[in-house]
Amino acid sequence: MNLRSLLGDRRPAWLGPLVAVVVVYAVFAILTPDTFLRTQNLLTMARQTVVVAICALGMTMVIVTGGIDLSTGSLVALTTVVVARLLRSGYGPVVAVLGALAVAALVGASIGALVGRLKMMPFVVTLGAMTILRGAAKGLADEQKIDCDTKGLERLLSADITAPGLWIALTLAIGVAVLLNYTRFGRHVFAVGSNEAAARLCGIDPARVKILVYMLSSLLFGVAGVMELSTLTVGDPTDSIGLELDVIAAVVIGGASLAGGEGSVIGSVLGALLMTVIKTGAVHRGMPSWTQEIATGAIIVLAVAVDRLRHARARR
Amino acid sequence: MTSPPGAASSPPEAAASGPPVLEIAGAEKSFGAVAVLRGVSLSVRRGEIHALLGENGAGKSTLMRILLGAESADRCQMKLAGEPYAPPGPGAAQRAGVVMVPQERTLCLHLTVLENVVLGLEPARAGFVRRGAAREIAERALGLVTGVGRRIPLDVRAGSLSVADQQLVEIARALAQGGAATREDGLSAKVLVLDEPTASLGQDDAARLFTRVHALKAAGLAVVLVTHFLADVRAHADRYTVLRDGTVKGEGDPKVTPPEQIVREMLGRELEAARVEPGGDARGAPHDEGVLLDVNALGGCDRPRSATFVLRRGEVLGIAGLVGSGRTELLRLIAGLDASIQGTVRVRADKGVGLLSEDRGGEGLMLSRSIAENVTLSRRGSFVSRPSALFAEGARWIAELSIKASSPAQSAGELSGGNQQKVQLARLLREDYDVLLIDEPTRGIDVASKTQVLALVRELARRGKGIVLVSSQLDELVSTCDRIAVLRRGELDAPRPASEWTEERLLLEASS
Repeated sequence: MNLRSLLGDRRPAWLGPLVAVVVVYAVFAILTPDTFLRTQNLLTMARQTVVVAICALGMTMVIVTGGIDLSTGSLVALTTVVVARLLRSGYGPVVAVLGALAVAALVGASIGALVGRLKMMPFVVTLGAMTILRGAAKGLADEQKIDCDTKGLERLLSADITAPGLWIALTLAIGVAVLLNYTRFGRHVFAVGSNEAAARLCGIDPARVKILVYMLSSLLFGVAGVMELSTLTVGDPTDSIGLELDVIAAVVIGGASLAGGEGSVIGSVLGALLMTVIKTGAVHRGMPSWTQEIATGAIIVLAVAVDRLRHARARR
Repeated sequence: MTSPPGAASSPPEAAASGPPVLEIAGAEKSFGAVAVLRGVSLSVRRGEIHALLGENGAGKSTLMRILLGAESADRCQMKLAGEPYAPPGPGAAQRAGVVMVPQERTLCLHLTVLENVVLGLEPARAGFVRRGAAREIAERALGLVTGVGRRIPLDVRAGSLSVADQQLVEIARALAQGGAATREDGLSAKVLVLDEPTASLGQDDAARLFTRVHALKAAGLAVVLVTHFLADVRAHADRYTVLRDGTVKGEGDPKVTPPEQIVREMLGRELEAARVEPGGDARGAPHDEGVLLDVNALGGCDRPRSATFVLRRGEVLGIAGLVGSGRTELLRLIAGLDASIQGTVRVRADKGVGLLSEDRGGEGLMLSRSIAENVTLSRRGSFVSRPSALFAEGARWIAELSIKASSPAQSAGELSGGNQQKVQLARLLREDYDVLLIDEPTRGIDVASKTQVLALVRELARRGKGIVLVSSQLDELVSTCDRIAVLRRGELDAPRPASEWTEERLLLEASS
């Protein structure tokens, strides 16, 4: 089986984002060759992308099922608070991280159960969860930042190539990509998003698939929360407000359809990278922050427009 | 529901005379190197129901799209009421009085009937809809369609209407778009195109629809009827035109032309012996062993109320019944997709029960995903699922069922109806179920594919599967099944050998 038949008759959905990342990177490299091309800059960009990229892995799964998760930012903040509290209570870093991940998984399972079993709209459920989790984070932290000894967790995203956070993110990305494309569960995730009734007809339990998807994605948000703590070095209940929008943007730029049934891990990671490159590049050029916001927004709309064109052409 | 089907007797044929209201001459159209229309001529008179026949891909849709201004022909001369007619777009066609009701339902189910009928035509002053005027338009257009006596309420949501009533609302909307409602005396629409209007209707509703179409025809409308149902054409059309490979292969009066000839014109060959001989010993008195399904007094929350039957290995059991009698619901109960409230289903099939849904796009297939993924979609299988293995498997089934596709990676939505049906069947075959519940397998697919699909069903029974076949096409049931049971308002009668049934007796039984 050659590559072409593997990919189908069409270009893969992530080809567009890849070209965009390369082009935007090249443009900034030409504009600011002395600073932008430095290894240090590449590392910084990679580190800045880690949190959004890890979240985008989970969000990709959610969006492929036709769902959405608005509670990402709140869950990341809650995770930083839980880890910080556990550390301050004298637990070791491993216990603290595992405890926070357990909380995140529990949150995801609850959201999944409401969406899957009670057939509630994911938008509404996670909108509620967004506020609840933010409130819980503030309550747990007594509405202030929690200082703590991070006991080595701060090294997760240290400023060199051996930073474990980078490699964890890369491993997770490969893991989720393999899960989506090479496993039966992955097929079912796409099936539920593409045509839930058809999936049900084939003996698949869409509710079970959704519960697992929301649980896995929240677990990934939890991992992102640990990475966030590593850069913050404190537990901050007001951190990452609006993060979910960046994450959704990354996934959409990566070629996913909010209607479900489409999306790719490679695309989403490239989407996250693209946004970082724009932000960093703009800073290097000394452009005011409002210009990068306009540019990022335009790219989101452009990405979807290109995707529509691609579909229209494929249909003809 | 009291009037027997077929009561839609047409009024005396006086209207269909005089010069044609619509003339199409020498229509040619190519997409790339593929010539879809090669000089098609069609002429339709005022007060005439003109059937446009042909297999899928014969060029019917393209011709209609040209007529409605949705497509421009490479070469074509059209005249509407004697005047040259060349609509630059759908809007222009509507203003000229040429309107269409498409095959798929296009109502906004969340809006009211009134809002649907005037959608896009809302009379407004300073941006505010003039509600009185809007209501007048809707009432007039709907009045033309429903006639006096029967009323469709204007202020209920379209989604709450039956499918048959929704169809009437669509026709009313088309007439309103054609200007029906802007004139006091009613009809200014000249040509109404109905694309497969009865595909989703039961016998009763179809008959009632045709009563209304005859009334519109009597009011002077020219109706172009695009359909696969030859019986409808013979009962209701005044003339027919057959398209094949982009040319006109036959025309005439369907009431006097033998149906075999029309089929020959459509297919370009003799119809294969429609009757696939059922397997020997399954017919008549089946033996006791090999029972796959034992259904006893099964009932769901609304329909069916009570169904009892036994399905044996190697037989095709047909279920006949009007739309709304609970046929699909019965299959869903047996498959375990819906919960039963009474009765039992004993499944003695090790490999389980599979269902082929009547709703290909809605439930049967993932239209946006590849053929390979559709075929291999399964609860079973190993945890690892490599794309290369997936596509190899897809290619195997494409060859097995001779599905017409460019590759296993082609998305299912790009296939024709018949080939989509084969993809669905391939999935069931791959699972190797013992019992197949098959719901309306030939809906919306062309004549040639129909024969193939039904032959496949017989072949599966011969290989030892047990099959429950639901179909609105009674001839299909009679020719394919070993035994047939009639479902009437949720009650299933005892199955009887197919040799004791004819189409007429089935219809009589189902509608009594």
